[in-house]
Amino acid sequence: MVFAFSEREEAFRKEVEDFVDKELPPDWVEKNIYWPAGYGTLAQFEEPSPQVEQFTRRLAEKGWLTVSWPKEYGGAGLSYVEQAIFHERMSYYRAPAGEIATRIGGPTIMLFGSEEMKKEWLPRIARGEVRFWLAYSEPNAGSDLSSIQTRAIEDGDDLIINGQKIWGTAAHVSHYAWMIVRTDPTAAPHKGISLVIVDNAAPGVTIRPMKNICGFYSFNEVFFDNVRIPKRNVVGEMNKGWYYLMVALDFERLAVPIGGFRRTFEEIVQYARETRHNGEALSQQPLVRNRLANMAIQIEIAYLLFWQTAWMLDRSLVPNIEASLLKLFTTELSQKLANTGMQVMGHYGQLEGDSKWSSLYGRVCLGCLDCISALVGAGTSEIQRNIIAMRGLGLPPK
Amino acid sequence: MDLGLSEEQEMLKKSARDFLQKECPKRLVRQLDESDEGYSSDLWRKMAELGWLGLVFPEEYGGSGRDFLDLAILLEEMGYNIVPGPFFSTVVLGGLAMLAAGSEEQKKQFLPKIASGEMILSLALTEPAASYDAASVKTKAKARNGEYVIKGTKLFVLNANVADYILCVARTRKTKNPEDGITLFLVDAESPGLECTLLKTLARDKQCEVVFDNVTVSERSVVGKRDEGWPVVKDILQKAAVAKCAEMVGGAQAALDMAVNYAKERVQFGRPIGSFQAIQHYCANMAMDVSGSRFVTYRAAWKVSEGLPAALDAAIAKTWVGEAYGRVALSAHQIFGAIGFTMDHDIHLYYRQAKAAEIIFGGADFHRAIVAQELGL
Repeated sequence: MVFAFSEREEAFRKEVEDFVDKELPPDWVEKNIYWPAGYGTLAQFEEPSPQVEQFTRRLAEKGWLTVSWPKEYGGAGLSYVEQAIFHERMSYYRAPAGEIATRIGGPTIMLFGSEEMKKEWLPRIARGEVRFWLAYSEPNAGSDLSSIQTRAIEDGDDLIINGQKIWGTAAHVSHYAWMIVRTDPTAAPHKGISLVIVDNAAPGVTIRPMKNICGFYSFNEVFFDNVRIPKRNVVGEMNKGWYYLMVALDFERLAVPIGGFRRTFEEIVQYARETRHNGEALSQQPLVRNRLANMAIQIEIAYLLFWQTAWMLDRSLVPNIEASLLKLFTTELSQKLANTGMQVMGHYGQLEGDSKWSSLYGRVCLGCLDCISALVGAGTSEIQRNIIAMRGLGLPPK
Repeated sequence: MDLGLSEEQEMLKKSARDFLQKECPKRLVRQLDESDEGYSSDLWRKMAELGWLGLVFPEEYGGSGRDFLDLAILLEEMGYNIVPGPFFSTVVLGGLAMLAAGSEEQKKQFLPKIASGEMILSLALTEPAASYDAASVKTKAKARNGEYVIKGTKLFVLNANVADYILCVARTRKTKNPEDGITLFLVDAESPGLECTLLKTLARDKQCEVVFDNVTVSERSVVGKRDEGWPVVKDILQKAAVAKCAEMVGGAQAALDMAVNYAKERVQFGRPIGSFQAIQHYCANMAMDVSGSRFVTYRAAWKVSEGLPAALDAAIAKTWVGEAYGRVALSAHQIFGAIGFTMDHDIHLYYRQAKAAEIIFGGADFHRAIVAQELGL
């Protein structure tokens, strides 16, 4: 066992560091108030700024939006561990580094898409030209996802879609829905679902942004009224969508902003060092030290779970339970970190970022709200525990 | 031993629940949260008419002469519904301080006005150190020609933005023991040199920065004895902690009720999610937290009512209830799932309250230290 990076990995990490140092806008730290693992405050929800667009273009030029993809599809042809190193650094700096299309849609297409589909989509995704949103949940199909009712009916070379999706994060600033639809209502719920790609601009698509408790328009209600898509937009085979979806969900759960935990923690520690109370730094108080130590330990554990999943992928092992464990552990850590921040900062933690009295740009205040979403999105903590219990431990489902 | 409410208390509880449900719907709560004032003068007037603002003042000062436990019961209902506004700062912080330490003349002048809803008070205690110990009071009041000149910055001052008078805790003498040399002043909020800036906070409660830039007040504005104000502050802080617990118990009960109702209605996998063990366990934990919190709060409130030493009980209550409300609100959020993360849903209103209540008047760490001290550690 070697817990250190190889020379090559170390060199790559340095290259990523240098890149961020040079390319990330200087005011990014104050502008980006993202809380690790939250869904509510991603900078990308706002109309993509020219700065973000340019940064994304530069990443794409290096093939870094898709580090582990083969070069023929626009990737950098590097290992999963290197990809993990890249995302660790990017999330540490809270930098935009591709999201749903590059980390969920693309990898799923790579595994299950036809050659034609790969050629049509992967290079565009790698170039950062297309943004996907996840059209999974419906008003009556949340955790019970296989009960979706949005229908797609075959009509010649097309599918016609009717129904409603909800919680589509960033749908309003994306180009395509990465979407599950019911294509065979007579089959068992899991066996009548297909995975399709739908153009946001298609006639009949209505997107209504919803305001989350952080005050951002992050997620959407989306209505599909006789929306026509070509059959070539079906990923893999018809009616096998549920199986592809399970893999896509694992990809999503692996996309943990691990560096964001370390960064935010370091900021809280810095606050505790610099803030004096009755002549003594907060960091000298036993209770504060205890809380911070507790966080440091758990962040280390999260990192190990994170590296493990990348290592498995490099060995062609499928991190399924591991993806759920990583997701569960880090999202609950997100909440604990917000709580620790609030306890250490006390009154100052509840201030929004625009006051002269606020610290850390009001991150902890927003983080306390945003962390709530972490335990809900991409499968709730309860669903992760079910997966671990049933798929991992073999416990009976009923 | 009798752990039940009296008939009068039951009536107060029920009438408060009914009144607030009708007069303070969540639509109004949101509207006030988003406004700068943070209170409705119409609702304030009606609360005065119901006798709530003078509930614990003796009848001779325009009050109803009820005790602190009654106030706790009322606050529990206010927490259940969420009632934005300066009730806490006017009645609990300002009113009880005036009642405890004010001169006969001051009480006659101010308490009836509080009771009738004509006067809003605010307590300016905390400063940038954001702490509740005497050493953190740095604002100075210097005596000069029979007047005092106050200079300093107060922070996290509740409802100062709408207060008519601000009860300011200031240092009048430098002493070895930081608890000596502190004096309370009742300052007209319109005084020259006093500047109030609203802070934007998680709970959207109206906390302010209040700068006293050489604010001159007369000797008559001293509340209680000069240099001996800290025991008054300490007493108010203890009562405020217990009163805040009562409010939190109500809020936690509301979050539990909302979550349980939803768990009974929301169907996934062909059955109500409340039939799943995971959700059942959440609800059970929440119910446990709510009942534990209520009992520990009532005990502390009863001790305060009876004039018994309540330092340990208040500290235990504030530690436990503060953390319990947070757990209950978060569990409720988890049960509501994504819909609870929308601004349109009501549960985040309770979560925001829980976070703010956990901190104010000392967080769990602060009170755990008191518990240790009271235990003689």
